[in-house]
Amino acid sequence: MSTLDHDPTHSPAPPGVAPPHAPPPASGSTRDPLVIAGRAFGSRLLLGTGGFQSLEAMADAIRVSGSELVTVALRRVDPAARGSIMDVIVNAGVDVLPNTAGCYTARDAITTAQLAREAFETNWVKLEVIGDDRTLLPDAPELLDAAERLVDDGFVVLPYTTDDPILARRLEDVGCAAVMPLGSPIGSGMGINNPYNIAIIRERTDLPVILDAGIGTASEAAFAMELGCDAVLCASAISRAHDPNAMARAIRGAVEAGRLARSAGRIPRRLHAEASTPDAGMPDFGRGDG
Amino acid sequence: MTSIRLNGEQRELTAGATVVAAVALLDVTPDTRGVAVAVDREVVPRGSWDATVLAEGAEVEVVMAIQGG
Repeated sequence: MSTLDHDPTHSPAPPGVAPPHAPPPASGSTRDPLVIAGRAFGSRLLLGTGGFQSLEAMADAIRVSGSELVTVALRRVDPAARGSIMDVIVNAGVDVLPNTAGCYTARDAITTAQLAREAFETNWVKLEVIGDDRTLLPDAPELLDAAERLVDDGFVVLPYTTDDPILARRLEDVGCAAVMPLGSPIGSGMGINNPYNIAIIRERTDLPVILDAGIGTASEAAFAMELGCDAVLCASAISRAHDPNAMARAIRGAVEAGRLARSAGRIPRRLHAEASTPDAGMPDFGRGDG
Repeated sequence: MTSIRLNGEQRELTAGATVVAAVALLDVTPDTRGVAVAVDREVVPRGSWDATVLAEGAEVEVVMAIQGG
């Protein structure tokens, strides 16, 4: 046995992903749309708006990233700042995905989602219920409880979740529209700590899988897509890069490249070499003196 | 007078004041886009602001979008 088992990037293509050898999709175009709850997006890169130095920088990054769905958070009204971020998003022509960042309980997350629905006239919510402020890791029981109640209240729920495949299944069971597993903790830039779990989540759910946290640079976004994720959400990786626009462009290309590579069907990993040049016809040079 | 907490701060309103009077303290009107109000954790749709009288001790939260996530 010369191939290495358990290559997470080489699992059979799940439903919704073209099998190996199928014609490559034209990623980033409407011919290979990302479909969430019946809504189609040409871009597979979601942009988190946190961390940009200014609204101008955020507007530039939205444009360069090609993202069509961007997150916002809700906080108490600051009369000096009111409205401006929504003006930028409306002018950019992209859809808004409100989040429940900062909520520690299902109860607070539900109220926040209901406020977001009223403020932005959307029933979509990126559901975040975190367990503590040091790890910002999801609180699984609270998350599942909030997801179920928000689905029952008519929300399109996109939960930020751990890389636990069982929790992803439970979130699917209660009616979520996608799952958004973390690669590593929010803002850590550690990439994808457990690619095997991401691959298992991909394998076990029919929902869109959106890699949500931990991406630090373009190669990690490409890796997420090669693992079979349907999309990637980046915030800090772009907003806190030295040159956010350059990184937005890089990650946009990486998401498209990773999508294409996934559908292309990569070769298996092997422990030993396998020549790509045939031995047949190899000349015999005999025994020379030198 | 009616005492309420508005975004965490103690504020005084005339008796019988509605949500409209409270949010006005934050320069918000029913025409302001992208804001939402909860009173004692219940979302009050903007169409009901002028009909919602605030009780003594009401907790009023007025929120808007910020960069995040």
